[in-house]
Amino acid sequence: MAEEKQKIKMAVYWGAACGGCCVSVLDVHEALFDVVAAADLVFWPIALDTKYQDVEEMPDGHIDLTLFNGAVRNSENEHMAKLLRQKSKILVAYGSCSHLGGIPGLANFSTKEEIFQRVYFDSESTTNPGKVLPQIEYQVAEGILELPEFYNDVRHLANVVDVDYFMPGCPPQTARLVEVFMAIVSGAELPPPGSVIGAGDKAQCDECTRKKSENKGIKKFYRPWEVVDDGETCFLEQGLLCMGPTTRTGCDFRCIEGNAPCRGCYGPTPDAIDPGAKMMSAIASVIDEKEPAAIDKILEDLVDPAGYFYRYSLPSSYIRRKMS
Amino acid sequence: MEYNPKIMAFLCKWCSYTGADLAGTSRMEYKPNVHAIRVMCSGRIEPTFILKAFHEGADGVLIFGCHPGDCHYQEGNYKCLRRYHLLKKYIRQMGIEPERIKLEWISASEGKQYAELVNSFTQTITELGPCHVKEKMAILT
Amino acid sequence: MKKITIDPITRLEGHGKIEIFLDDAGDVKNVYFQVPELRGFEKFCEGRPVEEVPYIVTKICGVCPGCHHMASGKAVDAVFGVKPPPTALKLRDLFYMAHFVHSHIAHFYALGAPDFVVGPDAPKAERNILGVIGKVGVDIGKEVIKQRRIAQEIQALLAGHQTQCMMNVPGGVRKGLTEEERDDIVKKAEDFIEFSKFSLKIFEDVVLSNQKYVDIILHGPYSLKLHSMGLVDENNHVNFYDGKVRVVDTKGFELHKYAPADYQDYVAEHVEPWSYLKFPYLKQIGWKGFIDGQDSSVYHATPLSRLNASDGMATPLAQKEHDRMYGVLGGKPVHNTLAMHWARLVELLYSAEHCLELAQDPDIVGKELRTPIEKVVGEGADTVEAQRGTLTHHYWTDDKGVVTKVNIIVGTTNNNAAINMSIKKAAEGLIKKGTEVSDGILNMIEMAFRAYDPCFSCATHSLPGEMPMIVEIKDADGKLIQRVQRN
Repeated sequence: MAEEKQKIKMAVYWGAACGGCCVSVLDVHEALFDVVAAADLVFWPIALDTKYQDVEEMPDGHIDLTLFNGAVRNSENEHMAKLLRQKSKILVAYGSCSHLGGIPGLANFSTKEEIFQRVYFDSESTTNPGKVLPQIEYQVAEGILELPEFYNDVRHLANVVDVDYFMPGCPPQTARLVEVFMAIVSGAELPPPGSVIGAGDKAQCDECTRKKSENKGIKKFYRPWEVVDDGETCFLEQGLLCMGPTTRTGCDFRCIEGNAPCRGCYGPTPDAIDPGAKMMSAIASVIDEKEPAAIDKILEDLVDPAGYFYRYSLPSSYIRRKMS
Repeated sequence: MEYNPKIMAFLCKWCSYTGADLAGTSRMEYKPNVHAIRVMCSGRIEPTFILKAFHEGADGVLIFGCHPGDCHYQEGNYKCLRRYHLLKKYIRQMGIEPERIKLEWISASEGKQYAELVNSFTQTITELGPCHVKEKMAILT
Repeated sequence: MKKITIDPITRLEGHGKIEIFLDDAGDVKNVYFQVPELRGFEKFCEGRPVEEVPYIVTKICGVCPGCHHMASGKAVDAVFGVKPPPTALKLRDLFYMAHFVHSHIAHFYALGAPDFVVGPDAPKAERNILGVIGKVGVDIGKEVIKQRRIAQEIQALLAGHQTQCMMNVPGGVRKGLTEEERDDIVKKAEDFIEFSKFSLKIFEDVVLSNQKYVDIILHGPYSLKLHSMGLVDENNHVNFYDGKVRVVDTKGFELHKYAPADYQDYVAEHVEPWSYLKFPYLKQIGWKGFIDGQDSSVYHATPLSRLNASDGMATPLAQKEHDRMYGVLGGKPVHNTLAMHWARLVELLYSAEHCLELAQDPDIVGKELRTPIEKVVGEGADTVEAQRGTLTHHYWTDDKGVVTKVNIIVGTTNNNAAINMSIKKAAEGLIKKGTEVSDGILNMIEMAFRAYDPCFSCATHSLPGEMPMIVEIKDADGKLIQRVQRN
């Protein structure tokens, strides 16, 4: 007699996020029926009506698998990260923001004060003569209204709680999610905690379909509008910056298929402790000049090194915020 | 507490470490703030090492290699030179004074030049003051 | 005073909470809709090469990344003073129509429909896409999923990936279409049209044939008289990709019609200390507070407002449905908030028809994809309609094309004041002295914002924090009565 397999309880939650990771889960499309056959979705604000109170009332470890996407950038995100750690058996940092800090991590180039100044005072369409700013606690006639505290530093999930697995990508490629999910529900042996899953260990270049030669000397970094990509040659060989050399596979080369160079959202290959430094090393090595002045001239066109090499990973790098 | 600069130095085995050794065996006096790490070639030195040094509390980082054309592995020092220029650009963007890292060529016989470079760089780092990267990165605000 | 909190609000994109204050008798005293999230795009895009911004702002929202990608692409074109060639513009429009198909399907079936198909006060665990599939059947559920999947695949074909959009470069797009791909899209667009008609039929069968729901739409506490905003083409027909911004008043008469780059003369943003999200309003009227009506400066930018602000739809089948909707609801403009769901389906049909038009246009397989860049003008602003409202991106750069300043007014942000008022009105209507405030009642209050298809990740792209504050309380003449200082 066939034994009915118990459904796992699954949650998907977003911190400082854009919703793209939640959409990547919806993008399982027809496999949704396989997912719901194997899992009870118990908390997923974009799609379900479960409220915070309901999660607080769950016993510890009640949720078998939580996919936490989004960075931690305010007290609400931090509270929910800790709450979900408590209530979950397996906690996955799902997507670039929770894995490495993501695009919201770029806010670490500025301070909280600089950002208020821009948004609430200097923005050209904002009229705010009273210099009003949102408050963590505000007294209105009827009572007190609360807002979460915004932190100066954007954090990736592992900075706040112990994370069992990391699934890279902005968003993770849905096919990888389905593979990981099926492995978990089928009871397959999982890699050791702390592992990156749903991604390869090799660099994109290893399997990239673009034509490569040994001639990787860069004489000039072209801004994308200065040249027309020929559609088949390695971007770097055309002088167009591409993060392929130190970015993990797993995304099915979706940007390359779109004729765009890689921007590194799948995160660094396993040998990189700092997510952008290996890329700087690789790119600089192939600058085709030997004189300091000539090297500097070529580097003049690389207008935003930190923004290129740490686009998705500033909060998880060695210099994780700009020194003021 | 008085500020005593902590300086990391990476030296390639074939030229610059030998040159530094010469400074030592010749009993040359120079500032003691440098902590030296020997690598096989300056081409082994990657930005990660320098960034980690700052992250762990260094106030300045020195990089030494063979003179252009003399690299034991042919082109390693050129790779180092290119990485150094990009790294300076990057750390400037992150609000760290680019003068806190310096690349110099030292041959096996240049013990005196090594001592002088260590002294002048220590002076630079003293004038720049402590780096603060370690403290700043240690606390999440 | 008793406080009821709904936290978080659900079945929408983004973070939000609702605070309902009841007086001692049990009537609603006031309601606040607070948005607790912010990230800072308007600051952290500074220093980035402007051509990279279209790949960064897609991360404002993962449900409508295409909207930001398009608005951004257009603003970047303006920074370089170029217009893409016809094939590139049509490819962008084609991508955009597929983007609308995906998003409107997702919103209707997964986010909005549960309230109608399963019922607004059905048990919490059933009020979601799975509950909908349970009620309408697996076959229909599979068709919904399939059509949305196809829409995502068309976007991925053109942009690399439907969420990680890489399509736009300054002056054009990266990738063209082959004839085989075009033929395939023609077939798919025809299926989209059939599916849109089918969705309207579901709305007819489930909502319009159910008197209880019709009463809720027409007479429920879900109606606000507001000005309407939307992008229109030269015939004043609804257009999502390009055109002029048109605002009509509560009676349907044109108040403004302006080129996107002139937005600062028409729209301003107000700040409140209890929400991180700003409140846009019509600048020339001036901020009058959270009131509706002809004299208010509050407007909304939603599928309903787009239809209100237009003289009709640019495609025949959508035009027929547009006329039918206004016929049933009593003429233009319509102010019943829940009618937004209907308007959204009319737009779905338009997106499908326009998708077919574009796929059948011979230019769509053209080879000229980019206009060469010759100079850096240094400033550019442009607008598209996001599924959730009028979206404007404005960039300033240095002479190397590196961003110095960014200003963005996002689709949902336009609706912040309206959403506040809609939620308050719903609460006042549903909670009275003696009402047992059940989960169903709270959900019916949430329905007031859900109709707007909000996207608070979009809205809260920017970031504030903790700062000293002074509150001045003034009387009706503007005389200072009291001054309260914090920190």
